Amino acid sequence: MATSSIGVSFALPEAAAGVDAGASEPPKMSIRDLGFFYGRFQALANVSFDLAAREVTAFIGPSGCGKSTLLRTLNRMYSLYPGQRATGQILFNGANILDAATDLNLLRAKVGMVFQKPTPFPMSIYDNIAFGIRLYDRLSARQMDERVEWALTKAAMWDEVKDKLAQSGTALSGGQQQRLCIARAISVRPDVLLLDEPTAALDPISTARIEELVSELKADYTIAMVTHNMQQAARVSDRTAYMYLGELIEFGDTDQIFLKPARKETEDYITGRFG
Amino acid sequence: MSNARYRRRLLVNHFNLTMSLGTMALGMLFLLWILVTLLTKGIAALAPSLFTQMTPPPGSAGGLLNAIYGSLLIVGTATLVSTPIGILAGIHLAEYGRDGWFAETTRFINDILLSAPSIILGLFVYTVYVVQAGHFSGWAGSMALALIAIPVVVRTTENMLRLVPGSLREAAVALGAPMWQVILKVTLKAVRGGVTTGVLLAVARMSGETAPLLFTALNNQFFSADMNAPMANLPVVIFQFAMSPFDDWQSLAWAAALLITLAVLALNIAARTVFRQSSTR
Repeated sequence: MATSSIGVSFALPEAAAGVDAGASEPPKMSIRDLGFFYGRFQALANVSFDLAAREVTAFIGPSGCGKSTLLRTLNRMYSLYPGQRATGQILFNGANILDAATDLNLLRAKVGMVFQKPTPFPMSIYDNIAFGIRLYDRLSARQMDERVEWALTKAAMWDEVKDKLAQSGTALSGGQQQRLCIARAISVRPDVLLLDEPTAALDPISTARIEELVSELKADYTIAMVTHNMQQAARVSDRTAYMYLGELIEFGDTDQIFLKPARKETEDYITGRFG
Repeated sequence: MSNARYRRRLLVNHFNLTMSLGTMALGMLFLLWILVTLLTKGIAALAPSLFTQMTPPPGSAGGLLNAIYGSLLIVGTATLVSTPIGILAGIHLAEYGRDGWFAETTRFINDILLSAPSIILGLFVYTVYVVQAGHFSGWAGSMALALIAIPVVVRTTENMLRLVPGSLREAAVALGAPMWQVILKVTLKAVRGGVTTGVLLAVARMSGETAPLLFTALNNQFFSADMNAPMANLPVVIFQFAMSPFDDWQSLAWAAALLITLAVLALNIAARTVFRQSSTR
């Protein structure tokens, strides 16, 4: 396993990568030498990269390669489950979030997450959005109405649901439910948005809408997205990470990864010779 | 396909179908028999005076007002006590202590309580409370019934919460919600229909229990709203009056039995309605 040599190669200076204007911002999250264990099984090893601010970073790779596991370390979701632990460093706002002292609730309020399957709460559309806002903000009824409208507008579904805000969120269609979940995630104004295969359970039209949405949201948010769909990664992401067997094989500009990958393994996966 | 084999299969199929239908009919026969007897005898004994007069001495007219009132009070108190305890314990088992030894032990003891004969629970309360207090009382009756209801509520709450997909829990956690908010506002809310059903079924179970009340609330021929004194209640009235040689007492016992059955039927229908409404929404 040539991990150590790979680990170094990602520390490319941003300028050298030659990305768009966003590249001048410092990275939102810096992952250094991350390892992850499910009990004794090591699922991630020597993962290091920077999550660039206001960009979409896509994680691709075959099933079981650790993409979702990686995403779940970024908001410490794994801490819900005993026996799962991470090693290394994830620097976010100047602190290592893997520290035991990290306030997980505050971290998760700053690092939002949307899951593969839509997960509307068993309450009205309005309350689905208001639930998260009420956790950390004390708003008047009018301010709350505005914030809910803002979040639903951002998620491109305000016009569809503005007349049925009192209806149950679980009664919406799958695509609408997923956009509701995205609205819910951005309603608390996080810094980072983690999307774990957000379109895996959706039809092509809903998928297209979510992809458009992701492209719009990156103006304000740093987005990390796991996807099984390589076209999707090519369409919406600025940078792409190819993972295999718990290691980060290649990380770089999406164009470069898809047009002239530096490593043979990446090329094999992308061209469909493997995976 | 061999013809003989096919015919044999048909034969076996018919045989099995007949047997299972037969056993079902046998079971239903006795159930219907009980219900028909109860209805004919009970309806004959129904009268407005049931709800206005007290249980009488043998040979005079009377009703069941004190027993109905006592049953409502005892079962109501037991419900108020057992519901929060049962739901909180169920939450602990499902959300916090999934695997620890403490939860395992609690779960095991709860299962034993769930299947313990109710007369033992009655004797337990008799020993630890009635004997110490020196007299039977409505409180003691409520305690014994609560001991019957708590394991039922714990079990249903835990089972229902375990049905909540982990993804829903994670989604709430991902917004930065502390655990108590996740449970109270999301997971418990997702299964409120099921938990309500569990509570209603526990109430139905308590309404018919006789043995624990014999040792605790006993009975009272007069109207009493004092939970600290022996209290009339429908199951014990049925027990005493049905065993008596007096016709008027026996007919009151039939009426009481019908009232309990109808109340339990109403509770079960309510439980099903609540559950269906909350699961289709």
